[in-house]
Amino acid sequence: MMDNIGYALATDLDGAFPTVVKQMGTRLYWGLRRISADHQEAEDLTQETFIRAYKALGAYDSRRIREMKLEPWLWTIALNLGRNHVRDRSRRPIWVELEDTGTDDPEIADGQAWDQRLGCLNQHQRTAVVLRHVIGMGIPDITAATGRPAGTVKADIHRGLAKLKQVMEDET
Amino acid sequence: MSIETELSALIGGLPDGMSEGVALGTGLVDGFDFYESAIGKVVVTFNPEGVSSLDIADKDFEDRFSQRFERPLMRAEAPGSWGKHISPAIEAGRPGKLPVDLRSVTAFQADVLGRTATIPKGEVRPYAWLANEVHRPNAVRAAGSAVAKNPIPLIIPCHRVVRADGHIGNYSLGGPENKVDLLEHEGTRPDWLEGLATKHVRFQGDSSTSVVCHPTCHAIRRSKSADVISFRSLGEAKDEGFRPCEVCRPCC
Repeated sequence: MMDNIGYALATDLDGAFPTVVKQMGTRLYWGLRRISADHQEAEDLTQETFIRAYKALGAYDSRRIREMKLEPWLWTIALNLGRNHVRDRSRRPIWVELEDTGTDDPEIADGQAWDQRLGCLNQHQRTAVVLRHVIGMGIPDITAATGRPAGTVKADIHRGLAKLKQVMEDET
Repeated sequence: MSIETELSALIGGLPDGMSEGVALGTGLVDGFDFYESAIGKVVVTFNPEGVSSLDIADKDFEDRFSQRFERPLMRAEAPGSWGKHISPAIEAGRPGKLPVDLRSVTAFQADVLGRTATIPKGEVRPYAWLANEVHRPNAVRAAGSAVAKNPIPLIIPCHRVVRADGHIGNYSLGGPENKVDLLEHEGTRPDWLEGLATKHVRFQGDSSTSVVCHPTCHAIRRSKSADVISFRSLGEAKDEGFRPCEVCRPCC
């Protein structure tokens, strides 16, 4: 899916970028939503990730854009922004459309229950489990996105899932 | 159902406004909003670089914008960090703290517009003055065309640039009547300017200080009328021992 978009971005950044937002926006938003458990934060972070990505791509040469793995790269930006989010919040300009200031929360059924369960995991486990099982990323991509070794990522996922099982058993 | 299967179902749709927010934040689309001004309702467009244009808020402004800037427009709120400076900038007729996006004009034109923005409210300058201010005294026509290309009238007060022969000159924002209205609103009387021009008065000096100014400079307007002497040229003033005002920097 992403191979063609890399080529399109390298030849026409402005023309192809909205497609990236459409294809990746849902995945980034819902991943960040499950990691942060907050609609507003996930929305801000998704938006800011794309804005940073667009600026960065404008400075890259076309070969670098063609050869990059777009999704893990976007996740690296998103996760870094998430870490600095509280510190940066006041500095970032907020862009809102006039008509839908305070956008509707698109939360799905069971979302809150799962946020509560995921809240029992530590941040590394939660991120790894979300990227692997909610977003469906492979281990190499998660390794690239988080900057953590493959073995550590696998252990985070394993322990995270075990904890979720435990939490769900305790619920019944 | 396994935990893995349940987790994979925890994705919904793209939140409303996400694509639009990104389009505005990257500058792929400019935002617009409406403001009041001395000549009626105007539309201001903006992007992350700053304010990109100001135009009459009629039904065709979106067409004019996309033709000139080749970007789409979207109704939006100006960024929180400087959006609040837009109304004061329109009222004062200078950008002040408001960032302006002049990427739509050449570096020379941006330079001319930057100087235009320094002409105080209630005063006017000839085109030749602008050319001199950007150190291109012979580029009077080029300075004139830079002013004509001003994408942000009112905020960059090109209505304060007039022809040396006393005619008000053209105005892009809805025609010369608006220029007259604006100058009157700011306390500059266009008929008075034309009267000076018919008498070939280009500069005025104060005999008590021996300083020569543009006739609208606030320094000379504060002088006692008995002390005010009119000149046809700067040379004439200098011959009589006058020196150019350091505030309005008369030239040519």
